[in-house]
Amino acid sequence: MSATQSAAPAALDRDQLLDMYRRMVEIRQFEDAAGKNFAAGMIPGFVHLYAGEEAVAVGVCSHLTDRDYITSTHRGHGHCIAKGVDIPGMVAELMGKSTGVCKGKGGSMHIADLHKGMLGANGIVGGGFPLACGAALTAKTLGTGGVAVCFFGDGASNQGTFHEGLNLAAIWKLPVVFVCENNGYAEATPVHYHCSATDIANRAGAYEIPGVVVDGLDLFAVYEAAGEAIERARRGEGPTLLEAKTYRYYGHFQGDQVTYRTEEELARFRDRDAIQAVRDFITERSLATADELNAIDQDVTAELDAAWDDAKAAPFPAPEETLTDVYVAY
Amino acid sequence: MVAATATRQMTYLQAVNEALRIAMREDPTVVLIGEDIAGGAAVDHLIDEDAWGGPMGVTKGLVQEFGRERVLDTPITEAGFIGAAVAAATTGLRPVAELMFVDFFGCCMDQIFNQGAKLRYMFGGKAKVPLVIRTQVGAGVGAAAQHSGCHYSVFTHMPGIKTVIPSTPADAKGLLLSAIRDDDLVMFFENKVLYGSKGEVPEGDEGIPLGVADITRAGDDVTVIAISRMVQQSLAAAEALAREGIEIEVIDPRTLSPLDEETILASVAKTHRLVIVDEDNPRCGAAADIAAMVADKGFDLLDAPIKLVTAPHTPVPFSPPLEQAYVPSPARIAEVVRSIV
Repeated sequence: MSATQSAAPAALDRDQLLDMYRRMVEIRQFEDAAGKNFAAGMIPGFVHLYAGEEAVAVGVCSHLTDRDYITSTHRGHGHCIAKGVDIPGMVAELMGKSTGVCKGKGGSMHIADLHKGMLGANGIVGGGFPLACGAALTAKTLGTGGVAVCFFGDGASNQGTFHEGLNLAAIWKLPVVFVCENNGYAEATPVHYHCSATDIANRAGAYEIPGVVVDGLDLFAVYEAAGEAIERARRGEGPTLLEAKTYRYYGHFQGDQVTYRTEEELARFRDRDAIQAVRDFITERSLATADELNAIDQDVTAELDAAWDDAKAAPFPAPEETLTDVYVAY
Repeated sequence: MVAATATRQMTYLQAVNEALRIAMREDPTVVLIGEDIAGGAAVDHLIDEDAWGGPMGVTKGLVQEFGRERVLDTPITEAGFIGAAVAAATTGLRPVAELMFVDFFGCCMDQIFNQGAKLRYMFGGKAKVPLVIRTQVGAGVGAAAQHSGCHYSVFTHMPGIKTVIPSTPADAKGLLLSAIRDDDLVMFFENKVLYGSKGEVPEGDEGIPLGVADITRAGDDVTVIAISRMVQQSLAAAEALAREGIEIEVIDPRTLSPLDEETILASVAKTHRLVIVDEDNPRCGAAADIAAMVADKGFDLLDAPIKLVTAPHTPVPFSPPLEQAYVPSPARIAEVVRSIV
């Protein structure tokens, strides 16, 4: 709802706004299609959908280029899309096809593209903290000017690696931004039970680094806060802990009966949908018409439909592929 | 690379240090990461010359030449710095991390085997992890159960990791150089009891290829595969056995992953008898693994049962007589060899 929407940062022009809108729509439609195709038996394994949280991935990654790295989570599709990973390659990867970005060897939880600075979705909750520090250490040591962003959930904030990563980044003044996507639940357990802090960002105080809470449903608020943290990291002033309060529309995984939260709660968050808010912002200021935005939506739908058609037609990897890519040379 | 000919005496510890120095000189992306690996970071009165260089002094002196940006002291945070080293390797550095004792792997195993060892495979071959993790193994100094294990079998079990276990100063240098130049994740197991042992070490920068076993003593009667410090124990047993007219062939595999099956099978084809000596625990261990390989691929070569001489399946005891009994001795090795001749 535009009433709660902060003003768009002056630095954003129309093209950038429309590009960010498009990315959010890509994520939403990607996830909705993944949900449908999972239910239809097209996707093996486990799938965790990001729909509802689009403003966080897009608000943060809009500040990044290919020289910047991100680490992601089991709920990683949104991060991949926001960081520019090839969408048809992602669709094929979900299906385990040889045309997937990881040749079908990773699947939903391990999509990665180092050329895009995407260090991988990760099946281990809390696995990314040390990795983000390492990517930042490379940037600092080689003087690339790059930063690393570590996306993690509220659940991961209770892993030991959270402490190890934040402390290491703080003492070495690494160019890292730790972005907590607090969607209210660690699997089925609510944050008010699993976390001792009211705001996870409060934990930044223990490392004497900035801790910032932002409305994760507000694209522009995320964009502004992330921009500040990323610029601080680029200036060599060290890490920030940014907590985005957000919400996931689907369950923890596809197949989750979601008995731990109410329909009313879900409806309340859907009423504050981040993509609708951006649409309203754009149309109310006549930056684009509803028809123009609808055309973007339809374009994304067509691209995704084609990606799914291609992925369905693509071959599975040959059996001998099981044995490759373990080592560079052995 | 210039073939090295001249050699000089140095200790195993000095050989590791020399390999690190050579690797850091030849490649500016090689960085050392670990607890007190320089020592005394940010202590104003400390001059680098007096810094520890690790608790055993293995990396002593390197901070003077390469500075604290490349010899990086970490907090006591194994998951943090091992994980950072994994991603640093993936994004353009060539780190050599030090896990002070292998027994600490429990603090960072996720970062080693779920991240480092699996990235390349999960990403369809689009990542490299040119990381070496150096660590200490071995009983014999009274360090007790949490600082004395071998555990290289644990890592050999895991695909995506190479395991390198030098037994001599020359091997320590040559294998470490190859490990650092290698584009895969390598666990490098230094035996703490061997740090002070001396041997001839070649000058120069030549590496010893990974996956090539060393026949340290030739013999026709029994093949003895010996790992890490067990090479020295087996060579001592060989002296006693030779006086009895039994000639054993002592083979140091040098790396367990990859394993030089060819050299092992060729030796068994000659001797028809096999003893495997390992200080690691026996269950699902390297000795059992090599025995299974020979039983599978060389059963017809054998004229006697394969025999294993290992530590017992217990943690390492502290009390000196117990610790001494824990580690396979030359006498035990000789006795087992005699039983199949």
